[in-house]
Amino acid sequence: MIGNGYGNYGQAAIGCDLLDIGSRRAEERRCQDSAGSHAPPTLSFGEPGAFDLPNVPDPAQFCSNNFASASGNKDADQLVKFAKGTTTLAFKFNEGIIVSVDSRSTMGAYIASQTVKKIIEINPFLLGTMAGGAADCSFWERNLGMQCRMYELRNRKRITVAAASKLLANTMNSYRGYGLSMGTMVTGWDETGPQLYYVDDDGTRLKGTYFSVGSGSTYAYGVLDTYYRPDLTVDEAIDLGKRAIYHATHRDAYSGGINNLYHVTKDGWRVVHAIDVNDMHYEFQEEKKNAAASSMKA
Amino acid sequence: MDTVFGVKYDGGVVIAADQGNARSILMYQRNLDKVVPLSSHSAVGVSGPNADLVNFSEYIQKNIALYELSNDGMKLSTHAQANFMRGELAAALRRGPYQVNVLLGGYDESTESSSLYFLDYLASLQKVNYGCQGYASSFCLSIMDRDWKEGLTEDEAVAIVEHCMQELHTRFLIAQPNFIIKVIDKDGVKTSKFGADPADT
Repeated sequence: MIGNGYGNYGQAAIGCDLLDIGSRRAEERRCQDSAGSHAPPTLSFGEPGAFDLPNVPDPAQFCSNNFASASGNKDADQLVKFAKGTTTLAFKFNEGIIVSVDSRSTMGAYIASQTVKKIIEINPFLLGTMAGGAADCSFWERNLGMQCRMYELRNRKRITVAAASKLLANTMNSYRGYGLSMGTMVTGWDETGPQLYYVDDDGTRLKGTYFSVGSGSTYAYGVLDTYYRPDLTVDEAIDLGKRAIYHATHRDAYSGGINNLYHVTKDGWRVVHAIDVNDMHYEFQEEKKNAAASSMKA
Repeated sequence: MDTVFGVKYDGGVVIAADQGNARSILMYQRNLDKVVPLSSHSAVGVSGPNADLVNFSEYIQKNIALYELSNDGMKLSTHAQANFMRGELAAALRRGPYQVNVLLGGYDESTESSSLYFLDYLASLQKVNYGCQGYASSFCLSIMDRDWKEGLTEDEAVAIVEHCMQELHTRFLIAQPNFIIKVIDKDGVKTSKFGADPADT
């Protein structure tokens, strides 16, 4: 038995054992510790196949029938409605990457929150966005942050965005059929330049120039596809990111709140603004009125 | 929803695939490369969900590379690669199947001949002269039946693929504007043409 001051919980204690996850020593300790029915179950920090599944013949089917969290109203009949509904976007351009998201969280027709942080700061050079299940996104991206830090400690260099997104995609692959819901973009600036990857819960990993994810993504794509150019200036890019989210929140009921916008450069990410989309609505209305007035005058 | 074509000609194989990745009503990407080189003289066109496409093709690719490293540079014949691939599909079938339908084409320097193999997600394997995967087969197999003959040249084989692409543009409900066409011959795997540059990311 390992005595570590936290009682006889063996590996389950958080602290000095954290760095041993996955190591042979931890595995041996776990085998030694499985002593008797009175011992609490050893927590394996979410290894595939090591957490409780519903006690039904087909757990995957059960999860997808009873924990539907895809966009739309598929969870209308369920008792538990998941926080979902979102618009997130990210695009690369010559001066870096713009990441722009909304901040609304909905459970069915109820707006649970207007102030969700959907951009997850994995480390000072890597950002992740959140779409789908909020818990899945924040947990697995935090887990990714841990894996990235372990990479840095072992290899004495910062991890590339390609490798980080592959780690996340591999995790998603190992949980295929468990009912996870996550559509994220992993982005950052590494030694190969600015990179943007889309990773989702069925293990898809795509490298691209720009992506938009969420229930409002089709509206955002409309504006983004029409006005995107790689040679945008920083101000034009920020404006495009802001407008694309505004138009998505205007049309999609499940998106709204505040537009959080980040800009990633070779020195890392920086927060550009956090503007309420309602205020943007009146600002853009004014703008259209002024444009109409000035064109009438001319 | 993916389309893969393969046509064998005298001295090589042409493999073509569409370049789109879509989910529900959204097209996520338009410049994907779904024809994955497995070795210096073979490539596989894969259709299926992106996760299985990438995982399966990378797994086979790395195992073939490992074989060459472990066996003093000896190259696996296309026949051997196809059978290895089928074995992996069959082994996974009753555990966690790979939902991929593929066309594997390769050129063997030892026999100076090319070959094309059709494998599907249920691990069936068939050596063929030409083939299609996806909804395209409903439209294009008849064109290939009509046009294919022994002793084709590379240009004639690519022309058959382009006839098939033209037919899809005319009759298929789903728009697949971009296709990537790769040619495998004695000089290896090379990209003949593409609708959108896969490197444009």
